[in-house]
Amino acid sequence: MTGEILIAAFISGLIGAGIRMAISIIFATLGEIITERAGVLNLGIEGTMLLGAMTGFLVTYGTGNLLLGVLAAAVVGMLLGLLMAILAVHLGLSQHVSGLGITVLATGLAMFIYRLKIGSPTVPPTVEPFKQVSIPLLSKIPIVGEGLFTHYSLTYLAILLVPIMSVFLYKTKMGLIIRTVGERPIVADTVGVNVIGTRTACVVLGGAFMGVGGAFLTLAHQNMFLIDVIGGRGWVAIAMVIFGNWDPGKCIAGTLIFGLLDALQLRLQGMGLEISHDIFLMLPYVLTIIVLIVASRKASIPAGLLKPYRRESKEG
Amino acid sequence: MFNMSIVKREPLPAWRKMLVPLAAVLTTLLISVIPILIAGGDLWKSFYYLFYGALGTRYNLLETLVKASPLILTGLAVAFAFRAKFWNIGAEGQLLAGALMATVVGIKWQWLPGFLALPAVMIFGFLAGGLWAAIPAVLKTKLNVDDVVSTLLLNYVMLYIMGALLFGPLQQPGSSWPRSPEIVELAKYPVLLARSRFHLGIPLALVMVFVIWFINKKTVFGFRSRAVGINRRASLFGGIKTNSVILWTALISGGLAGLAGVGELCAIQYRLISDISPGYGYTGIVIAMLGNLHPIGVLFASLFFSVIIVGAQTMSRMTGVPSYIAEVIQGVALIVMLVFLLFTEYRLRVVKK
Repeated sequence: MTGEILIAAFISGLIGAGIRMAISIIFATLGEIITERAGVLNLGIEGTMLLGAMTGFLVTYGTGNLLLGVLAAAVVGMLLGLLMAILAVHLGLSQHVSGLGITVLATGLAMFIYRLKIGSPTVPPTVEPFKQVSIPLLSKIPIVGEGLFTHYSLTYLAILLVPIMSVFLYKTKMGLIIRTVGERPIVADTVGVNVIGTRTACVVLGGAFMGVGGAFLTLAHQNMFLIDVIGGRGWVAIAMVIFGNWDPGKCIAGTLIFGLLDALQLRLQGMGLEISHDIFLMLPYVLTIIVLIVASRKASIPAGLLKPYRRESKEG
Repeated sequence: MFNMSIVKREPLPAWRKMLVPLAAVLTTLLISVIPILIAGGDLWKSFYYLFYGALGTRYNLLETLVKASPLILTGLAVAFAFRAKFWNIGAEGQLLAGALMATVVGIKWQWLPGFLALPAVMIFGFLAGGLWAAIPAVLKTKLNVDDVVSTLLLNYVMLYIMGALLFGPLQQPGSSWPRSPEIVELAKYPVLLARSRFHLGIPLALVMVFVIWFINKKTVFGFRSRAVGINRRASLFGGIKTNSVILWTALISGGLAGLAGVGELCAIQYRLISDISPGYGYTGIVIAMLGNLHPIGVLFASLFFSVIIVGAQTMSRMTGVPSYIAEVIQGVALIVMLVFLLFTEYRLRVVKK
């Protein structure tokens, strides 16, 4: 009897922790999907998440208002998205290098501003983070109920956004326009779509998602800002987009599996196995590389990705 | 209303192209006035201490050169890879691989002739970095795995491999810190100037600048590598074994980054610690771009950033502006340089409607 209870608690805890691990990457992945679907690879993702995490934390720390923090993170993400759009879409600069530039700049700004506002105390300051909300009835389902239905409001939002993004991309006119802009910008232009404007809008919107993904880490998952809080989650998100073939549903499925394995490694680590915890920390990255190897064979990359669009180029 | 568009311009004369990085540096410094003012730093005092801290005394100047050594090597590493459009964002991990290998060799070298210790750490460190970079190169050419993502992820993998070893077999006996024992004396880079840390790694980095320049300009491989960078498919049809070119480019690129790690270990720290690199590999990307992927450009860009990084410490102490200003300046410089480079080939056309 006690054994069964322990197993049930283990499974429920594992599911819950797995989802929590995945959420910040889900936000970022959704942001990167819409950006790449419009034909722009945004390598600014890691820096955007970090600056979002820092801004969200500082605003909440200053005002005590969590929602304001999330909002501020979204705005900062949009601003960085706008900068990315100016560089990579309007000026047509290399998307690789523009994105890396955004990441370097945003990382620098995040550390600079945090040090300026907080200094370097021995114990980092904390905020009162989001509380988990249990959904009545559903969270009482045996074994899996609590793990699936007791979460932060941001978590429900992230999960809800996945079908919304799917429907938006595949079932609406706007989604069709975005996908055309990413696949065949010249076709979109011919039928009167503003390619530059559409791409800009998508990069800016994607930036908001990335910023919120970062803020989830400092306002829900943890309650403080540390410089390595993102720890490569942005790059994992980019890998997840490739893994899921730019389809929101599949990408997020990948992210959830990733989160579950991440949670599993933490638990195994907690069980006192005689293996260095660095090995466990390494696993998610190794796993992501393996996932990339498997997925890259049949990757169907948006045809317009990485190619800046200039009208002049076709006028000759 | 105005309508702006970007159009191709007449090619600039070479001397004006060479001024572009200089203009980018000046613009960057001008923009960095904003964060300094926001941080409440007195402008003239801040810039004074920035440059005084980096160049003001003999010791400071030599420290700036010491800092330049790993930056030159990682900058060259990234530039050499980018030139062939092998998107090596993994110089950080390759640097760590080099430092790790140098540690292993440097600790275990007790039973072999001492005069071979120095060449051994360098060669094995170079190989370790090169082989670590070869993984994403093979993944790219054989399995079509995006090199940006794989090189980035491998940075974290190497960081944790290092962590596991530092808490395991490489940990200094009796220590509870993640650090290795010291390497043998003969594996340490000799200090070349008294009362400073000016070490063998600095002339070595300069030699590498020349070597890469030579490979780029004077060898068939350099030509092929460039051709693959310009158009991989056309190069393949033109009879170049592109996969092998990418692999060798990766080996050399990673090797240079590995050498940076060897230098940090054998000339600065003498033992492996987990934060042996404050992100030299990532700064290398900025340097490669600011140097326009040219070895001489990389040399000057490295000197500029080592001035900024070393000087920012003094500036921070004297004015209270956080030393992370150096990171902000790196980001600004990269973006400014990108935009400036664009306008060497294109110009903005404003048409009145």
